[in-house]
Parts: sequence; structure tokens; C-alpha cells
Amino acid sequence: MLRSVLFAAAAALAAAGSLGPHAALAQPIRLGEINEYKQFPAFLAPYQKGMQLAVDEINAKGGVLGRPLEVISRDDNGVPGDAVRAAEELTAREHVALLMGTFASNIGLAVSDFARQRKVLFIAAEPLTDKLVWQDGNEYTWRLRASTYMQTAMLVPDAVKTGKKRWAIVYPNYEYGQAATETFKQQMIAQGGSGLEFIEQPVPLGKIDPGAVVQALIDDHPDAIFSSLFGPDLARFVREGELRGLFKGRPVFDLLGGEPEYLDPLKDEAPVGWYVTGYPWYAIDTPEHRAFLAAYRAKFDDYPRLGSVVGYSTVKAAAAAIARAHSTDTAKLVAAMANLRVATPFGEVTFRAIDHQSTMGAFVGRLAVRDGKGVMVDFHYADGKDFLPPDDVVRRLRPAAR
Amino acid sequence: MSLASFAVQLLNGLASASSLFLVAAGLTLIFGVTRIVNFAHGSFFMLGAYVGWSAGHVLAAALPASPLSFWLAVLAAGIAVAALGAVIEVLILRRIYAAPELLQLTATFGVLLIAGDATLALWGAEDRLGPRVPGLSGTVPVLGYAVPSYELALIAIAVAVFALLTLLLRRTRFGVLVRAAAENREIAGALGIDQATLYTTVFALGSFLAGAAGALALPREPANLGMDLAVIADAFVVTVLGGLGSIPGAFIAALAIGVTKALCIAAGTIEVGGIALALPRLARVIEFIVMALVLLVRPTGLFGTQSTPAAQSISGHRRLEPPGRIAAWSALALAAGAALLPALAGSYAAVLATDILVAALFTASLQLLTGSGGMASFGHAAWFGIGAYAAAWMSLAGYPFALAVIAAPIAAAAVAAAFAGLSSRVSGIHFAMLTLALAQILWSGALDWEPVTGGSNGLIGVWPPPALADPRHYYALVLAICAIALVALVAVAFTPYGYALRASRDAPLRARACGIAVGRRRREAIWLSAAFAGLAGALYAFSKGGVGPDSLAIPRSVDALVMLLLGGLSAVFGPLAGAAALTWLQDTLARSTEYWHAATGIAILVLVLVFPDGIATLGNVARALRRSGARA
Repeated sequence: MLRSVLFAAAAALAAAGSLGPHAALAQPIRLGEINEYKQFPAFLAPYQKGMQLAVDEINAKGGVLGRPLEVISRDDNGVPGDAVRAAEELTAREHVALLMGTFASNIGLAVSDFARQRKVLFIAAEPLTDKLVWQDGNEYTWRLRASTYMQTAMLVPDAVKTGKKRWAIVYPNYEYGQAATETFKQQMIAQGGSGLEFIEQPVPLGKIDPGAVVQALIDDHPDAIFSSLFGPDLARFVREGELRGLFKGRPVFDLLGGEPEYLDPLKDEAPVGWYVTGYPWYAIDTPEHRAFLAAYRAKFDDYPRLGSVVGYSTVKAAAAAIARAHSTDTAKLVAAMANLRVATPFGEVTFRAIDHQSTMGAFVGRLAVRDGKGVMVDFHYADGKDFLPPDDVVRRLRPAAR
Repeated sequence: MSLASFAVQLLNGLASASSLFLVAAGLTLIFGVTRIVNFAHGSFFMLGAYVGWSAGHVLAAALPASPLSFWLAVLAAGIAVAALGAVIEVLILRRIYAAPELLQLTATFGVLLIAGDATLALWGAEDRLGPRVPGLSGTVPVLGYAVPSYELALIAIAVAVFALLTLLLRRTRFGVLVRAAAENREIAGALGIDQATLYTTVFALGSFLAGAAGALALPREPANLGMDLAVIADAFVVTVLGGLGSIPGAFIAALAIGVTKALCIAAGTIEVGGIALALPRLARVIEFIVMALVLLVRPTGLFGTQSTPAAQSISGHRRLEPPGRIAAWSALALAAGAALLPALAGSYAAVLATDILVAALFTASLQLLTGSGGMASFGHAAWFGIGAYAAAWMSLAGYPFALAVIAAPIAAAAVAAAFAGLSSRVSGIHFAMLTLALAQILWSGALDWEPVTGGSNGLIGVWPPPALADPRHYYALVLAICAIALVALVAVAFTPYGYALRASRDAPLRARACGIAVGRRRREAIWLSAAFAGLAGALYAFSKGGVGPDSLAIPRSVDALVMLLLGGLSAVFGPLAGAAALTWLQDTLARSTEYWHAATGIAILVLVLVFPDGIATLGNVARALRRSGARA
């Protein structure tokens, strides 16, 4: 895959060469990309295809600043120290214009701190942690994907509408799950008023003991359930919960349950009626998305996952920043990121100057089963800009913005 | 919690325990006879799940809606994985039975890496959820709760497998041979038992159990690429907790862990003296806590009869040779070359070399413990992580860089001294597992103690002072510190203390008779080794700008073992050679192929087979050749 990205870039370089005299001589602009390819392959394999599509599209149109783009990917093996070494290598040896990528929050934060230390632009693609842009935010780091806070906030209006008071919260026991839980509780109290009760059930990431967890939840007699489980943990929870009747008569919310990466393995066992955020690629009827879907299917003979959109949009954001800066100089690139508008399959998003968070949103809807597959229905696009705290709160949360 | 709920939670615990028992039974069989610490056992479990998934699909099309399709798929998965296990035993492990036992662990680690990438290539990245079992897809009412009937079936299967294995071991000729070999390999061999066939058969049987267990897990969890690592640590714990090689032990231990976990989850958050304790959080490490407590009371596990001789014989195959003039000169030349490196090869070379030096120091500290001390450790990352966290915390609290670096080895040694005192009765592989338990408990603590450790994100913003901000400058400092530390570690090995330590390793009784305080020498080795590992951790934290729970996690401990064994357990240059080889390999391979885990695994296997004594013993080989030439 790494090779195919490079190969495609080289092919595009040759193609660009035939377009004009400038491009033929131009050195490619290198984008340094780091990710946990071995740890999260279900998300990152489609992500890499998304990047490749974006690179090819950009280079077919003559590249950026008359130079083709080239993505140089590195696998960090899920270890922050290895990600930092990859970042050193990409900056020192490959002379990349900027760094981008990462999936896990701890890796995103490590690379973000490297970017601050070595003064290089870092566009975080996927890590969800709020700290990346708030508590630990820095001048050089910008994030594309909607954060844990934003995605949780997108589900809260529906959760409030259920009118349920006693909530069981089940979450993977690390920062992402803890933050989702905290945000959910705070937002519910802020919007749902008094009399709320929360019972928590933390589970070890990747090692849920589904029988015991489901029964403990049944014994808690909750009115409704909020979960931030994903991946194999989610599949096990769904199967056990359905069998044991945990979900009967209880509204269930799952933070990432509509993402094809986690929904598709469930097939006809997708839990009908759950409220989720996700990516209903089969039913999004906007010109931007139709074009993206057609191009993606034509190129890979496969449908896009959320990772595809994130990879595609990250490269587009990097290209837009370079074009706007008219340079690959870090200071100019960082300046260009502020209020940068990027066209993505979800529509135009803006990288906010105040906290470096993009306004990319997510689709919020409910799960259903159609033709033996899980799908999202009754969904709407929740624009990220509507699910961020007011500016004065952001400034308080982000020391770097004061 | 009502009594009914409690009873049903016990049942849930039994269901989880059943799955765990099937995996651990295979592991304990293999260990009992071949003494192989089989790291690839989790991979066998994962492969079983994937094969079971594929076979289930094929068979479901052939036998629609018949429960037979599922059970045949389980059988197919078991047989396929058994065949694979046999091939691995014959092609790889059989060639290195004579080598130090930890070398086989290193080889199986290579197999684990290859198996993971092979699974990715064959089945793709998406999780594969199997269908429910026809006939067992519903629930059975138990005390007012709906309990999945498949989980009850799983309990029945575990009991049946336990009974069958017990019959096999107690009532058949094969069982007699297995028990004989488990008790005393040499005498069993001397009595004419065909060991090669026996080992292959046992390895295949153990693999069969793992593969079938993987397929049996499918109705409860999707086949996924994280299964191998998720199950292996628990399987080890069950094996050791029950007593190595003991099937009843594994059965009881699996039950104990499954039930304790379920009860932790069921109990929820309880208040003890005004402090809220979230017991479900303990689910992450409860098995290690249980194992540690049992080992401290019963040093050989619940049903373990004898302490394995693994520890003492670990490095008995090759003597640590004092460095001669050639070694000294090559060390000097190496240091000079290293000093010139950034000027010659640029800033990234300095970054990579920093990583190699830190890894070499970490590995050398393990060499003192495992090589000279004869004490294997599966949790050496504990000391590395303590050092890294201590330095990071001091640095963020505003203490000067030098103080933070000095604090690291002191913190690690202090914890190690306490640990050494507690663990003095535990030896061999049980000691190794106790270190693993400690590392896992610390790892879990680092994840949970957010205000101090930064939780799962760790601590960031830990950089050296501006004068050392350039990676080349920081490298110069690391080179100086590591050179001194590495020389010191070699020097320690040839002081009277080092000789006393090795005497305690090779012949504890005779050493005691000579007046050597064996226990004390060992405890000193533990904290001394921890101090050097802690120093490596501090240097690491400052080179990466931070520290996270990964610094305490199992992969880091395994890295140290693999580097040590690759380089040479008893070679003066072993740690440096092993660290350089593995770090450079990973750095290069990760850049050149998508399947770089498999490529690394293959490289490890080749090195292990070609240089069973370690790549740093090349010089010894040459010298031996010269000597034999001179004699001839």
C-alpha cells in the first residue's frame, strides 16, 4: 500500500509532466504521514485509499504550486516513541513540508508535541481527544476530525428528547471513553436538567467480558444506555446484549456505531433503533459526496468507509494550506491554516483559528437492517461548528489561545 | 446484588473461564513437555477463529441450517492449526531445543509476527463476526435471567475436554510418555522414548486446542487481528497460576480468574471507608493481581510440584568470556565511530543511534539479571517505565534535567529493592511471570492514575534543555552516558560480585557452601539491573518528548528479551548487537513493506536458527576456529 501510494504519485508526476513545461521539472512536495497501520487496519486501510485518491486527483490537475504532491507514509506500530522517531525521519531525511495523520489519541498528542518542539505543521487526521486542541493545544497542531466532545454533543439532543433519567454508561476504559462519558454527563445535565442518574461500567479496551457486563447493566435497571464502545468490543456487547434482552424497551446510544468500519461486521445483527453517529455513504445525496463516491468506486471497486473520507480530506486540507500559503515554509503554512476552508466529501469545512479544530461534522441517525446489512436511517448531517462550546469557554479550555 | 444475580454472574464467569481454559490447556501441555514458552499460542487461537469463520461459511452453504456445520468448522480449525503447529515444531523449534530456553520464546515471537501479517493478508482488515450456532442461538432462563444457551454449552465443552485430557494423560500409553517427559526429559530419553515424535505430537495437540478454542469463540466475538495478543497474557497467567504442565491446575486457575473478573464487574463501584473504588476498572489486571498473590504464597502455583530448572540452566550453555584486547579495541573503535556518526550521516542517523543506544542499555540491564543472574524476566519494562515516568514527572514539575535523569535509576532501584524482597522465594519461570505481573499492575496503574501519569495519553512536553534540543547534541550526551553505563555493566560482571552472582546461578548449593549469600546476591542483581533499566527509561523519555503506558507494556519487555537473545545472552557485545539489529531492522523494514511485521519475524527466525548463541558471538566462533586450527 505504501508503495502503491508512491507509485501513484510517480505516475501522476509523469502525467503532470505531459501537461506543461513547469510541472516536468518540478520536485514533488512531500507530505509526511504517520499512522498506526498495524493497530487499526480496519480504519486505516480505507484511509490510505482515501489519501491515494486525493493525491491522484490533485496531481491530475497539475498538483499544488505547479508541483505534484507525494505522500510518504510511516507505520509507527502504535508506539508514541516510534511515531516521534518517524516524525524525526520525515522532517530530517525526507524534508517533508508538513506532518499529518495519526489515529490514536496518545500518538496524536506525542506527534503534536514534537511539532511544537521542532516547529513543523501537524494536521492531525483522526485522533479524537479534546486535549489535542484544548488543554494541550499548540500553535503548530490542527485537527480535522470532529472530536470526542463534538461527537458526543451531537447525540445529546436526541438523548435529552428521550426524557430518560437513569442512564447506564458503558465505555472503553481509556481517555477516549472517559472523555465521552464526562462530556455526555455534563451536556445532559446542561441540557436535560435535574433528576439525572448515571451508572458507569468501564471495560478494558479490546477485552470486554460481555456476559458479566451485560448482566451488571441489567441489574442496574437503567432507563437508557450510552456507550462509546467500538470494534470487537461493540460486536460482543451487541450480540450478548440482544440475547440477554438488555436493549429491550431501552433507548441505546452508541458514539461511533454508525461508522461502516464498526457497523458492517455486524451485518444483519446491527442493533435496530440505536442512535449513532457515523457515515451512511449509501444515502448521502450531495454533489460533493456523489462525486467522491463515484471516483472512489471507480478507482478501488469498493465502497468508502469513514477512514476513506478522513484520509481524503486530510490530503485535501494539506494541499489547500500549501496553496493558500504559496509556500512550504512552516510559518506561512501555519498562518494559512487559520480559517482555511477545505472542500471535503462532507462539504466545506473550516479550520477554526480559535482552537485549530476543523468544523467537519458527522452524520447522526438511527440504525436499521436492510438487505442483511446494517444501515443508518433518518439521519442528518450535524455540522461540527454547531457542536463546539462558546468562544469564551474555548479560550478557557485552551491555554495556548489566551 | 441479589443472590440470583450473584449466582448467574458466577455462571457468566464460568463461561469466560471455559474459553480461557481451552487455550491455556494447550499452552500448559506444550510447556509441560517441551519447556517452550510459546508466544505464538495466541496466534494459534486467532488463526483458529479465522479458519473456523471461513470453514463455517463453506460448510453452512453445504449443510444449510444444520448445527453440524458449526461443529465441523471447529474441528477443521483445530486440525488446520494442529498441522501448522506440527510444521512449526519440526521446521523451527526442533532445531533449537539445545539452545537456551528463552531462545525458543524468541523464535515463537517471530512466528507471532508472521502469523499476524499472514492473517491480515489472507482475511483482510475487517472484523469477521461468525453466525450464531444453529440450535444454540437462544437463551435459557436461569433464576429469572436469560443466559445464552451457547455459553452453557461452552461450559459443558470445557468440562468434557478436561475429562478427556485427564483420561488421555492418566489412562493411555501416550499419557504416560507425556508425564514421564514432563517429569524428567533426560531419563525419559534414556529409557528410549522417541522424544522427537512425542514433542511434535504434544505441540500439535496443544495447537489443536488453541485452534478449536478460537473457532469456539466465534459465536461470542468476531475474528479480529487483536485476538492473539488479547489472549496470550491471560493464557500464560492461567498456566502459571495453575502450576506449569498441570491440566487440573489450568482448569481451577481459569475458573478462579473467570469468576473473579465477573464478580469485579458485577460489584461495580463500591465505597470502602469513604473512598469510591471502581472495581470494574480492575478487570484489566485482576488476573495478574491474583497470580502475584498466589505466587507469593505458593511459589510454584496452585498445583505446581517442582520449581522448573529453567532459570538456572538459562545461560548455562556458554560462558561469559571476559573481554580481551580485541574486544576492548573494537569497543573503542565503535565508540569513536559512534561519536563521528552525526557529522558523517546527518541528524536522523543520530536519532536512530540514540534509540539503539537506549535499547542497548535497557537490554544490557536485562543481561545482568537474566544472563549473569540467571533470572529471566518477562516484565523488565517495569523498571524502564518507572524510570521514564519518574524523569518525565520531575521534568514537568520543574526540576532540572540532570536531577530528573538521576532520579530515574533511583526510583526504579527503590521499587525493585522492595520487589526483590517480596519475591525472594519465587524462582525460574515463576519469577519471570511475577515480574510480568508487576509490570502489568504498574501499566494499569499508569492508565488509571491520570493526575500523575497522564492516563492513557501519558505525559508530553518532556524535552531536554535547549542546549540539548538538537538531536545530535542529545545523542552526544546519550552516547557518553550509555558508553559509561555499558562498560560499567560489563565491569560488574567480572568483579567478584559478578562471579559470585554467576556461581549462584550455576550451582546455588555449592555457592552457598562456599559462603556466598545467594539470595542477597540475587536481590542485588534485581535492583542493580532495575537502576540501569530506569536510566535507559529516562534517556528514552527525553528523546521522545514524553512517556506513556506503552513504556511499561508487554511489547517493551518482549523487545528487551528478543534483543538480548538475538545479540547473545552471554556475549559482552550481545545487548548492543541485538539492539542495533532489531532497531535497525524495524526502522528499515517498516519503511519498505506493508508486511513489515512478517519481515521482522522472518529475520528473527533466520537469526535465531543461524546464530543460536547470538550474533555477537561471531567473534567467539572465529576464535574457536583459530584455536582448533592451531591445535591441529
